[in-house]
Amino acid sequence: MQVTVTVNGTTGSHDVETRMLLVHYLREVRGLTGTNVGCDTTSCGACTVLLNGESVKSCTMLAAQADGEEITTIEGMAAPDGTLHPIQEAFREHHGLQCGFCTPGMVMAIASFLKEHPDPTEAEVREGLEGNLCRCTGYHNIVQAALAVARAGELVS
Amino acid sequence: MSATMTEDTPAKGVVGTRMLRREDPALLSGEARYVHDLVVPGALHMAVVRSPYAHARVTSVDVSGALGMPGVAAAFSGADLAGEWGSAMPCAWPVTADMQSPPHFPVALNEACYVGDAVAVVLAGSQAEAQDAAGAVAVVYEELPAAVDLEDAASDRVLAHSDLSSNRAYTWELTPDADAVTRAFDAAAVTVKERYVQQRLIPAAMEPRGVCVVPQPFGGEYLVYSATQIPHILRTMLGITAGVPEERIRVVAPSVGGGFGSKLDVYAEELLCLVLSRRLRKPVRWSEERSEAAQATIHGRGQVQEIELAADTDGRVQAVRVRLLADMGAYMQLVTPGVPLLGAFLYHGVYDVAAYSFTCTGVFTNKTPTDAYRGAGRPEATYAIERAMDALARKVGTDPAEVRRRNFIGADKFPYASAAGLLFDSGNYEGALDAALELVDYEGLREEQARRRGQGASKLLGVGLSSYVEMCGLAPSRVLASLNYVAGGWEAATVRMLPTGKVQVVTGATPHGQGHVTSWSMIIADKLGVSPEDVEVLHSDTAVSPLGLDTYGSRSLAVGGTAIALAADRLIDKARLLAAHRLEVAPEDLELSSGQFSVRGSPSSAMALGALAFEAFTAHDLPQGMEPNLEASATYDPTNFTFPFGTHVAVVEVDAETGKVDLVRYSAVDDCGNQINPLIVDGQVHGGIVQGVAQALFEEAVYDDDGNLLTTTFTDYLVPAASEVPSFSLGRTVTPSPSNPLGVKGIGEAGTIASTPAVVNAVVDALSHLGVVDIAMPVTPERVWRSIGAAAPGTGGGR
Ligand code: FES
Ligand code: FES
Repeated sequence: MQVTVTVNGTTGSHDVETRMLLVHYLREVRGLTGTNVGCDTTSCGACTVLLNGESVKSCTMLAAQADGEEITTIEGMAAPDGTLHPIQEAFREHHGLQCGFCTPGMVMAIASFLKEHPDPTEAEVREGLEGNLCRCTGYHNIVQAALAVARAGELVS
Repeated sequence: MSATMTEDTPAKGVVGTRMLRREDPALLSGEARYVHDLVVPGALHMAVVRSPYAHARVTSVDVSGALGMPGVAAAFSGADLAGEWGSAMPCAWPVTADMQSPPHFPVALNEACYVGDAVAVVLAGSQAEAQDAAGAVAVVYEELPAAVDLEDAASDRVLAHSDLSSNRAYTWELTPDADAVTRAFDAAAVTVKERYVQQRLIPAAMEPRGVCVVPQPFGGEYLVYSATQIPHILRTMLGITAGVPEERIRVVAPSVGGGFGSKLDVYAEELLCLVLSRRLRKPVRWSEERSEAAQATIHGRGQVQEIELAADTDGRVQAVRVRLLADMGAYMQLVTPGVPLLGAFLYHGVYDVAAYSFTCTGVFTNKTPTDAYRGAGRPEATYAIERAMDALARKVGTDPAEVRRRNFIGADKFPYASAAGLLFDSGNYEGALDAALELVDYEGLREEQARRRGQGASKLLGVGLSSYVEMCGLAPSRVLASLNYVAGGWEAATVRMLPTGKVQVVTGATPHGQGHVTSWSMIIADKLGVSPEDVEVLHSDTAVSPLGLDTYGSRSLAVGGTAIALAADRLIDKARLLAAHRLEVAPEDLELSSGQFSVRGSPSSAMALGALAFEAFTAHDLPQGMEPNLEASATYDPTNFTFPFGTHVAVVEVDAETGKVDLVRYSAVDDCGNQINPLIVDGQVHGGIVQGVAQALFEEAVYDDDGNLLTTTFTDYLVPAASEVPSFSLGRTVTPSPSNPLGVKGIGEAGTIASTPAVVNAVVDALSHLGVVDIAMPVTPERVWRSIGAAAPGTGGGR
């Protein structure tokens, strides 16, 4: 079937199998491999992207369901000149990543979370990231990064 | 970082500073490429047909059904591939001369020995097609009884392999003075005897494994991409096992999404992709799925421990005696049998103990093979001694901190020759304990605990200590030889200055999240007076970095970092000769500062290393006999292990009504010697702590009686999320290691080693007034609730 999806501001139309998951569409059809796959039970959050600005696990929906919608992936977060998005910058500043595999999903989840909770407590950040697993960082610095972005209030959505 | 009271290494240059990681931009922007991200036109995708039985005779395998499926290019049984192997799969650590190790082939020939053992493979144009067709392979099994429980397997009631006469693989003993141990136990006023179970754990690196083998044109090499920690070891072992000349294999580990030991192995799928690409002359790739990973990637831990302490009435420990059963799983993987040995010397922990005895029996079961998992042997040892020290404290009626203090190896005793035969390099255990107690306000916590108990509060407070030492920086090759390990423990490095004054560093260490690029460029920046940004670190590709022994055992900095520092020193030696020649002075008259050689006493006469690199490159005017270019290599083989140490304190709230445990605070004071980058050290400690907390509270690979793994997904296997752990307050003491010129010790595993006993001690501490002395891991609400009921019927909880 034909789907038309705007990904990181670029609209594309492609013929895809009806059973194709959004994550496979992004990775294989759109060539955006920054979105990772870490599980097969929608548990890890490595595949998190933004659907019309809200986080969604891209392994839980079909490409067909994104027809006509806007998707943002990790590749769409930095400015065109390569300047990192404030959340990406905060991850670097606070050493919120080690192997980096969970990172794209974490960044997208935080982007969505902070839009809804611009001034969260630490506990709220931790609850908000419940769907994203990281095996490397112990979460401490990820949480610090999210709180720092909120404190700076520089998030432009 | 308000929570960090870090005593940084005094820094002249960048070493010791919290420099931000150079790796991050590529990882943060989605540009980094993991194996699964590589686009390889024409590649066949492999799916593996796995045994659904823990133990079964494979009577027949018929792949014809799969061959007719859409997109399928080929399918093979174990018998079809039998001719491909140069040898069985490798085990590099036959710990005893008589160790049993049943032959292990990538696809089982006629007996499947665990759920997940491969019985056939299918190759197709896409992963989905390969997986669909895998379901059409017809396998006839004759189910055999399975050896599942470790202690039951040790009884040989059921054999895990039909061609073995016993499940016992080996018994390894370390008892330097048996009489001394007997005497100490005979004379002991107080003895403690504890039994602990180290449950099986699933490493669960967030990136599952992946392999892609691309045969190169013109009869050339095989380019093997693998999500591995060990490209160098893998190349050698692939060569031997697949019968491919080693020099024709190039292994590349691209971005690797965590390992924790689970990618420190030579796996069936790596071998299969290689031999199938040889057989079919096409690229062959395989991407592991998460539920497949639970069975096909090694597990960690899996021990039953018995530890005894002989002490006097004050709780001073005279002797430690340990007996282990260690679950090998169905086969010996790369270092499976050696994992308990990595802890064998450390069951007396940080305590000055005169007599020591350790015995371990490795046992086969019909379960996924075990192997090194973060800490490998040392978390198990630390758990046993630190739990037993709390038991001792209860027995002699002393505070856990005090009983530790009474037994510490004194700071004045280093280097300390242990009863187990190690030479501990340096330490100040009491200093770390003091700092940790201060960081948590230990006295205040004890008062709060008493207050809550007095008020009959439902949320009980528990404080758990864990003082640890580990041996890392694996390893002195001679020591490895004495332990029957078949390889060495050195690391190789090359440093070269390019004509423009930029620097290339080639390292045999293989990062997968640890930040080697950042740390290595910091070391070189200070050595050569360049900016870290001007240092390119080349790694993880055997064509670029042909010599190396890779990353595990917290060895990268202590061994690999030392190698690059030594190579840089050699480069400087050569540059000094060249500078002396050009400045027409004696080499001894030159001093190097910030990358510039100047003549002592006449600083205007100077030459920068960058300029010397250009001179060495043009080679127009070199001293007689000097070869062009500024480049030097070093291979460093340490003379001793390093011994990081520290004290961690866990604070838990236990709900006496529901059994729910909340880890509310956690403080860690670690001493890893000199620090190159404290930011990275913090990160390693944080992540390590959570992995150890996970063992204490959440994770267990659960098998049913038939040997089926019940925890194959993240909905059953509970890797903790951010909401289940607190933030951490970290402190550090700095006791440089005399084992290497950088004075560093290693920090990759410390958090995991220390945290598990700290948390379980805290839970038991919360309930100790009710008579609870032990709770099995993972300490689930149900187990807590039941143990309250069992210890003190009528006080709430179950029975
Ligand atoms: S891949 Fe794990 S939640 Fe989507
Ligand atoms: S940084 Fe490795 S999984 Fe999060």
